[in-house]
Amino acid sequence: MTSEAPAREAAGARAGPPLIVLEGVTKIYGAGQAAVHALRGIDLEVERGEFVAIMGPSGSGKSTAMNILGCLDAPTSGYYRFDGHEVGKLTRDQRALLRRNFLGFVFQGYNLLARTSALDNVELPLIYQGIRGAQRRQLALDALARVGLGGRETHDPSELSGGQQQRVAIARAIVGKPEVVLADEPTGNLDTVTSREIMDLLSELNREDGVTILMVTHEPDMAEYAHRIVNFVDGRVESDRPNAHRVA
Amino acid sequence: MLWETVRLAFGAIMRNALRSFLTVLGVIIGVGAVIAMVTVGQGSTSQVESDVSKLGTNLLMIRPGQAGQGPGSPGGAYAQSLTLKDADAIEEQIYSVRAAAPSTARSMTAVFGNENYTTSVAGTDNRFLIARDWQISDGRQFYESELRSGAASCILGATVVKELFGNYNPVGETIRLKQISCRVIGTLEAKGASSFGSDEDDRILMPVRAFQRRIAGNQDVSIIFVAVHSGASTEKAKGEIERLMRERRRIAPGEDDDFSVMDMKQISSMLTGISTVLTGLLSAVAAVSLLVGGIGIMNIMLVSVTERTREIGIRLAIGATERQVLVQFLVEAIVLSLIGGFLGILLGLGLALIGARWLSVPFQPDPSIIALAFLFSALVGILFGFFPARRAARMDPIEALRYQ
Ligand SMILES: Nc1ncnc2c1ncn2[C@@H]1O[C@H](COP(=O)(O)OP(=O)(O)O)[C@@H](O)[C@H]1O
Ligand SMILES: [Mg+2]
Repeated sequence: MTSEAPAREAAGARAGPPLIVLEGVTKIYGAGQAAVHALRGIDLEVERGEFVAIMGPSGSGKSTAMNILGCLDAPTSGYYRFDGHEVGKLTRDQRALLRRNFLGFVFQGYNLLARTSALDNVELPLIYQGIRGAQRRQLALDALARVGLGGRETHDPSELSGGQQQRVAIARAIVGKPEVVLADEPTGNLDTVTSREIMDLLSELNREDGVTILMVTHEPDMAEYAHRIVNFVDGRVESDRPNAHRVA
Repeated sequence: MLWETVRLAFGAIMRNALRSFLTVLGVIIGVGAVIAMVTVGQGSTSQVESDVSKLGTNLLMIRPGQAGQGPGSPGGAYAQSLTLKDADAIEEQIYSVRAAAPSTARSMTAVFGNENYTTSVAGTDNRFLIARDWQISDGRQFYESELRSGAASCILGATVVKELFGNYNPVGETIRLKQISCRVIGTLEAKGASSFGSDEDDRILMPVRAFQRRIAGNQDVSIIFVAVHSGASTEKAKGEIERLMRERRRIAPGEDDDFSVMDMKQISSMLTGISTVLTGLLSAVAAVSLLVGGIGIMNIMLVSVTERTREIGIRLAIGATERQVLVQFLVEAIVLSLIGGFLGILLGLGLALIGARWLSVPFQPDPSIIALAFLFSALVGILFGFFPARRAARMDPIEALRYQ
């Protein structure tokens, strides 16, 4: 754990308990002969303000871990504490509220609502937060401007490039001022140049807004943007090291 | 939040305008049919009531057969007929009766020159004019001698005059009814059309004896119209007539009447009863189609929920609660069926307007029926939208996000 200290300092983390704690988390899909051990005991701590890249071969359990971290799924055993709260004890609705107020998601496939303008897509989380009218519109416009999409507010996803769609998704993830952004292979569908633009954007959000970022990627170039790189192999953390060659 | 949800639902519906329209077609047709039926039905009921009230409040009608049976019903046909003497007895023995007119009628074709026209020919006498409060427009009434001898003279209603003679005055001409030549001695003043296309002016009157001997071939009288003196109680007159008729028809005490004396209230309720029953039946059929419309909505909502699995996953991931997703889909179903209800009401009122014109009954849309139809379509939305909405709300977010 002490090896993480420099990374934490680099992120300017405050004192206090870590924001995210996984303890001996396992996940088994199915049962009996057909059971798949997706996670075989994960221990992980993430401080506020960190930018963590999760890497590992396909099928090593990265997405499964992200789903658990995103409170979309529950571990088979082990503990997940978010900001000191035991997530496993929360109800379905409480987990929804946790996602709504503290988490933002960025997916590989963007997952924007089709035939819905960029602005409406970004307003969506705010609707569930109960923010109304002009204030909501303004927050969504600000978020779109933040990701460099000012002027594209009325465009449908189908009228935007992959990189632009991912920017809309990032705007949607950050518009509710979340504590953590969870990104599962956010550049998986993008070319190198666009991928770098997206990574620059995520770094900027982390640096300037202090958003904690957990990102799955299989591209070492993209992982270089993180403070810390966690390697998954076969449902276990194989290595967890600070990133010495961080791209600024 | 609710207004927000309604706005979102509207957006979702409009994104798929054609499919949404097809989805609610069932509701549109169901609501439209109910509104059209009920509106036309109520129009015709109020038309009948106003027609009947035009007949005057002091009119009674006596017919063979038990009360409540329409003309030509079995009870009426088998019951012993009325007679001319019944009419005379009623007029002479019951003090409050002003006139009692026997009448027996048949549908026949009247011919004049090249023109022929099928109308209702009634055998009666001058008391008919008193009882029904009818004036002669041209010519004269029947002479007593004509009535006694059964001469073939006739008085024409305004519609018959128009059909056979146009603008030409028929008094003095001779028309043919079957093989009988019949001299036109007068015409009736026009009363104007009546409900169900039954035209009061579409009739020919001839002396009852002539009708019985030369047309009917029997002594039957099918109806007696009784006018009660104004100021006298029709209720009391009705009781007296019933007593007299029981006596004349030798009905033992305790036995049921085999005739009926109807006042205007009963005639009115009998006639409106027909249109009420008809309206009820047709409305029931329409209501079934509304149910089918609801099932259509459920079907499409289920398809829509499956189709939008990914969307639901996104919403859940972003932080929508189960209840918010449920409300969203439920509101969508309700908005959808309310749109259907609204269009259905427009369709129904349009059809009712056309129908009312066509049947020449008044067009009186009933706000309470419209409100009910609106309420009912909302109910259809809630009822048939709930199941699909619950299915959407209970989805597992990861499964939903993974759905292709
Ligand atoms: N819903 C599921 N049902 C059964 N097995 C699953 C399910 N999701 C993932 N798995 C399995 O769990 C393992 C880890 O998957 P995943 O977390 O998606 O890996 P990664 O994202 O690292 O490629 C894989 O073997 C995968 O087949
Ligand atoms: Mg994965």
